[in-house]
Amino acid sequence: MKPYLRDHAPTSFDEIPDSTSYEAGYLVTKNAGWRSVRPVIDPDKCVGCLNCYLYCPDGVIFRQGDKVSVDYDFCKGCGICQKICRLGAITMEEEK
Amino acid sequence: MAISAKTINETEFFYGHKACAGCGGSLAVKIALKVLGEKSIAVVPAGCMSAVGFNYPQLCFGCNAIISTFAGTASMLTGVEAGLRAQGITDFHAVGFAGDGGTADIGIQALSGAIDRNDDILYICYDNEAYMNTGIQKSSLTPFGAKTTTTPAGKNIRGNIRPKKNMFEIVAAHGISYAATASVGYLPDFMKKVEKAKNIRGTKYIHILAPCPTGWGAAANETVELAKEVVDCGLWYLSEYENGEFTINNRPKEFTSVEHYLKRQSRFKHLTDEDIEIITNARDKKWEYIDKHFAK
Repeated sequence: MKPYLRDHAPTSFDEIPDSTSYEAGYLVTKNAGWRSVRPVIDPDKCVGCLNCYLYCPDGVIFRQGDKVSVDYDFCKGCGICQKICRLGAITMEEEK
Repeated sequence: MAISAKTINETEFFYGHKACAGCGGSLAVKIALKVLGEKSIAVVPAGCMSAVGFNYPQLCFGCNAIISTFAGTASMLTGVEAGLRAQGITDFHAVGFAGDGGTADIGIQALSGAIDRNDDILYICYDNEAYMNTGIQKSSLTPFGAKTTTTPAGKNIRGNIRPKKNMFEIVAAHGISYAATASVGYLPDFMKKVEKAKNIRGTKYIHILAPCPTGWGAAANETVELAKEVVDCGLWYLSEYENGEFTINNRPKEFTSVEHYLKRQSRFKHLTDEDIEIITNARDKKWEYIDKHFAK
């Protein structure tokens, strides 16, 4: 399980929490726009060593079966995963 | 079973935060919370992690989290622990995440007090070697020679003139239950230490070196490499303090080049060969001390 973007973002004052935040993990904004390159995982080369999953500062690489996948809503495109992957299974592709 | 990437909790507890791409501090927080689990209460003072984690109306922590005063991380941890204990709650971890300034400069008094009382808290200092949140000002954990906005590199003075404060051994000198140093370049080691601290009653302190691409002047994808290299070249070390004994976890047989590590960061770009020699000599002297006094 991982936190996710809520479908419903607040639009009026009534919906805004009167405490300092919504409950823990209530996310309403993405980080995807920060990115100029995106990591693309080649599932044929990936052996599921989970190094990228461990070293991702944003935690956006998650386990899927015995391999990994990227949550592009929150990936900032830092490229740490590409450097940490010993098998070269991750390539950084230009965002268009 | 030993904790590893395969066995660590799959839930993310620090997600959607607004830290710079490639932030080392957020990596340390993410991993620590994954080891500690949902029943942790994170106390975060003013600093990067509170600026990026609490963005009204969203809370990027997946567990309870609160911002403390800059100087009061450890005292708020004490209060959280005492309050929950008074309510009969026992299965929780009060964990603090303070930066190097919030630990070694501003929060040292509260931390020292908490260690003295031996409160059952875990204090994690993510050390990015300057006040990064406010725009890269020198802290007492900024290393010799580093350029910051308050220690600019000019013709006569080349960056910071003072060495990095030895915070780990200052904390250990209190006779703390458990203290350790770590690096985001060696996460399995860090995970092991957090796991160990989790099961110790009393005050625990972990000092993790967390490169800041923005403040160090390196590419975002170099964070982990830098954190590895600083350990490999001997300018940082992985060790533990327990039962009055220091242990070194990783003694590199041969150090990699200090110059290579320094020159890949723009904060050290101005250093001359003599400056690098000063840094190398200080490193050798430190390791002489470590080899003499730390168990292997």
